[in-house]
Amino acid sequence: MNRKSLDNPSDNSLSRVDGAVKVTGTATYSAEYVVPELAHAVLVTSTIAKGSITAIESQEAEAAPGVLAVISHLNAIEVPGWPARKQPAERAPVGTAFRVFYDPLIYFDGQPVAMVVAGTREQAVHAASLVRVTYRKEIHQTHFEKNTSKAGIPLNVQRAKNSPFQDYARGDAAALTNAEVRIEAEYTIPTQHHQPLEPHAIIAVWEADDKLTVYDKNQGVKSAQGQLAQAFKLPREKVQVVATYIGGAFGSGIRVWPHTMAAVMAAKQVKRPVKLVLGREQMFTSVGYRPYTVQKLTLGASKTGQLAGIMHEGTGQTSAYEEHLERTVLASRALYASAYAATRYRLLPLDVNTPTWMRGPGDATGMFALESAMDELAFALKMDPLEFRLKNYAESDPERNLPWSAKSLRECYELGAEKFGWKNRMQEPRSVKRGGMLLGSGMASSLYGFHRHPSKARALMQADGSVIVQSATMDIGPGTGTAMTRIAAKVLGVNAKKIRFELGHSALPDAPGQNGSSTIPSVGSAVHVVCEALKSKLVTLAGEMSERFRSGGQPVVRNGQVFSSGEDKEGINYSDILKYHQLKELEVTEESKSGAERDQYSMYSFGCHFVEVEVDPLTGEVRVTRVVTCADVGTIINYKTARSQSIGGVVGGIGMALMEHSAMDHRFGRYVTNDFASYHIPVHADVPPIEVYYIDKPDVHVNPIGSKGLGEIAIVGVAGAIANAVFHATGKRVRELPITPDKLI
Amino acid sequence: MKPFQYLRPKTVQEAVTMATDNPEAQYIAGGTNLVDLMKRGIASPSKLIDINHLPLKKIEHRYDRLRIGALVLNSDLAQHKAVLTRQPLLAQALLAGASGQLRNMATVGGNLLQRTRCSYFYDLALPCNKRKPGAGCGAEEGINRTHAIFFAGNGFGGIEKSSCIAVHPSDMCVALTALETTVVINGPDGERRVMMKDFHRLSTQQPELDTNLGPGELVTAIEVVDNAFAKHSHYLKVRDRASYAFALVSVAAALQMDGGRIWDARMALGGVAHKPWRYWSIDLMLRGQVPSEKLFREVAEHEMEGAKATAQNAFKIKLASNAMVAALKTAAGIS
Repeated sequence: MNRKSLDNPSDNSLSRVDGAVKVTGTATYSAEYVVPELAHAVLVTSTIAKGSITAIESQEAEAAPGVLAVISHLNAIEVPGWPARKQPAERAPVGTAFRVFYDPLIYFDGQPVAMVVAGTREQAVHAASLVRVTYRKEIHQTHFEKNTSKAGIPLNVQRAKNSPFQDYARGDAAALTNAEVRIEAEYTIPTQHHQPLEPHAIIAVWEADDKLTVYDKNQGVKSAQGQLAQAFKLPREKVQVVATYIGGAFGSGIRVWPHTMAAVMAAKQVKRPVKLVLGREQMFTSVGYRPYTVQKLTLGASKTGQLAGIMHEGTGQTSAYEEHLERTVLASRALYASAYAATRYRLLPLDVNTPTWMRGPGDATGMFALESAMDELAFALKMDPLEFRLKNYAESDPERNLPWSAKSLRECYELGAEKFGWKNRMQEPRSVKRGGMLLGSGMASSLYGFHRHPSKARALMQADGSVIVQSATMDIGPGTGTAMTRIAAKVLGVNAKKIRFELGHSALPDAPGQNGSSTIPSVGSAVHVVCEALKSKLVTLAGEMSERFRSGGQPVVRNGQVFSSGEDKEGINYSDILKYHQLKELEVTEESKSGAERDQYSMYSFGCHFVEVEVDPLTGEVRVTRVVTCADVGTIINYKTARSQSIGGVVGGIGMALMEHSAMDHRFGRYVTNDFASYHIPVHADVPPIEVYYIDKPDVHVNPIGSKGLGEIAIVGVAGAIANAVFHATGKRVRELPITPDKLI
Repeated sequence: MKPFQYLRPKTVQEAVTMATDNPEAQYIAGGTNLVDLMKRGIASPSKLIDINHLPLKKIEHRYDRLRIGALVLNSDLAQHKAVLTRQPLLAQALLAGASGQLRNMATVGGNLLQRTRCSYFYDLALPCNKRKPGAGCGAEEGINRTHAIFFAGNGFGGIEKSSCIAVHPSDMCVALTALETTVVINGPDGERRVMMKDFHRLSTQQPELDTNLGPGELVTAIEVVDNAFAKHSHYLKVRDRASYAFALVSVAAALQMDGGRIWDARMALGGVAHKPWRYWSIDLMLRGQVPSEKLFREVAEHEMEGAKATAQNAFKIKLASNAMVAALKTAAGIS
């Protein structure tokens, strides 16, 4: 453990407010709600990648003990929000979300084709094995390299002239063509899956014909509420979505997926609450993934290391029915001061399910390529990779020609380099050994755009002076409730133990889902604003109670009391204020959102990672032995949980760089890595000491709390830093992730 | 999971009788593999015979050998004093396998009977000769990065195209093979003993059979005869992550050394064949020699002459060779 930064004496971080319920197993997750009359559902999924269902033999399953229904396109209820079924069925136009049990068409392997609902899970599992589905197969295309000629400009981009994914160029292309030193390389990342340890699960309860409650693992109760209300043509308030605790998601819970719809449809059909928990193997085809992506980078510089041009082309995989776009090439426009920069982004539709956002979506992919290429060019220039980056430091946003709202990336580089001991690094690859192992070090930068969405929060002061703060935000792991409690405690001047933060329920005040590193910037601001409003109410009410407030001093709050001024020795307890005014509680709701500053500044979180690896020269095994990660995200709200988030990002990056790879057998269009024995994520033994540092200076332009997002930049760049360290250790440049022993011996 | 009947015999004899009468019955001990197979629909026994209450949990040293009961837990075995002092190679191999939690459940007998982790075997929607003889081998022209590079029997004869290219997954068995362990089996015809080399099968014929256990037969113990390898043995496992992963290649190397020379040697490889792969001529090649990297490289390359790669696992030929050199060097104590 890194005691150095944990022992920061100025840090008075809160421990997780829900830590105790989590470690004692008393936190209730989506699949764990006790609901009377609960029935259990199990999905049957397709074993072909394209074609249509010709028959479903379900008699044997229906006759099995406990079975309530076998649901498929043959008998599923009409979903009122979907268009009426066509006869014969037609393939949906691109841009249509997959509709479960809608028609016999197969779009991808692993697609739900039937669902067994039974009294117990065991009965449903057994009956599901008895369902026989026959298909008419069509030739499928799942192989990326064999289909690259079919890649094109996404329809979404063709239709939207101001799409950020339009082809981009600034400056003169000749600068790159004529650069004194040039490198050109292609980088590949395979399909990678989120695979949170908690599988996706839902309990769907129709409380009445027009009233639905779902306990569903997702990252946005409000957006799930909206989508379900739309699908079932119900007023929003007739649908409630609950997701209080989530065992990891990393982006897999941003959308309402087909299995959620399937459970809600089934509950309506069997007239009982239905629980559906995805099997681990179903998690590979049900909740999205980081798409297979191939990128070509062309970089040029003068002999002295001035960047002359960056050309970044990327092609990502998507499904045949939807376009999933991500920021793959966008970082190359903004990160470095290069007079010429150009990007091109293409999509390749294949007969697979639709990818989705996975931690650092696009940027983690793109920065692996950009930061590998920067390392390759630095090597070609015989320049230190950090010095090369500093030489091309962008003092303002070269893409938008705007000042940064704040940027302390230089300080990140300096702090990280100092803590890592970068200046002692030998530049020559394969030049350092330790105990028979090849030793290497590498670094990479990180950036992620700032996202702030309109958010509401409510603060309720109770008669005893305790406070409930509410917002329909989420916690997929970072410790949202803890950070919000910290913000509220600070503004209101009360002990954190007197504050309870409620989240994860659609009946709470509007808030965005947890994605795009937007929670602290958005909801943190709303909590700040609502607590400020509550504070001023309390100050006003206190002012009516005592003469001292009429002396013209500036009232302050601390220790749950209002003081007429900083010098005032005698305060009025919050509980006494409510009592005096005969209030049972005091409630305030506020909204917070961004304004004109968005057009005046370019807003990003920044960071960098320094990595040391050991490579066994005989077996090619790579072990990350040390990581220093440093981030500039404005004010750190709660150091302890922030640090955990940074550590988690690095661990995710280790998986991305060294092990995660969803391998498909293209003859069948089916993943063969479909469990944790074959899909590797890091285990404890793979995780080295990780030192985390923050610049911790407020960004005064972004929001009232001066804080930017951390979740994504924690992982963005890590894979590049590892690949660069492996090159330094071995002299081998691996451009195709993951970096496994076979690529190094 | 298919409904099944659960039985709990009190004696080995009772267990064997139950199994012999019911061809669809299966023994269950730790269940760390069988339960997975049942969940995935690969094993669907109509009766489960729970042998956890049989008196097969002793580790004892008698006369010239260590006798280990079939129900001894992997974690207990790995830290048993007699194993650590007499057969450290076995302890190393056990600790290289699975995770702490699994080792706390898994038994010695169950470890011997682990089935392959080939993805095609584990997925009912994909072809597999082992799961369904005659269905074809999905891995042969599919995803076969982790698959076998040795196919023919024990170094005799040439390379045969196999009907199954899966590899045996156990680490423990690789060490037991190098240590020339005996497996004690009880069955309808009484007790018999089988050498490790004859316990597991190659996949040339009937790939559905992993071992030569007959119907109703139950492993009751293993026996490891005393040897002089304790000071110079090493189990090396190469894998895609630092822990909790099956071997890409593993090597159990055991040397007997005196006066700076090697006087006896045993070696077995894991992750390369349908059974733990015993290197038969190593003692002849090393006897009387002074250990050196050059010598070990010659030995490794000799062994790899019979290897044959599929589309994605050619790296294993070099990796296995390198791993042998590394394991022998560590065993010999040279750097």
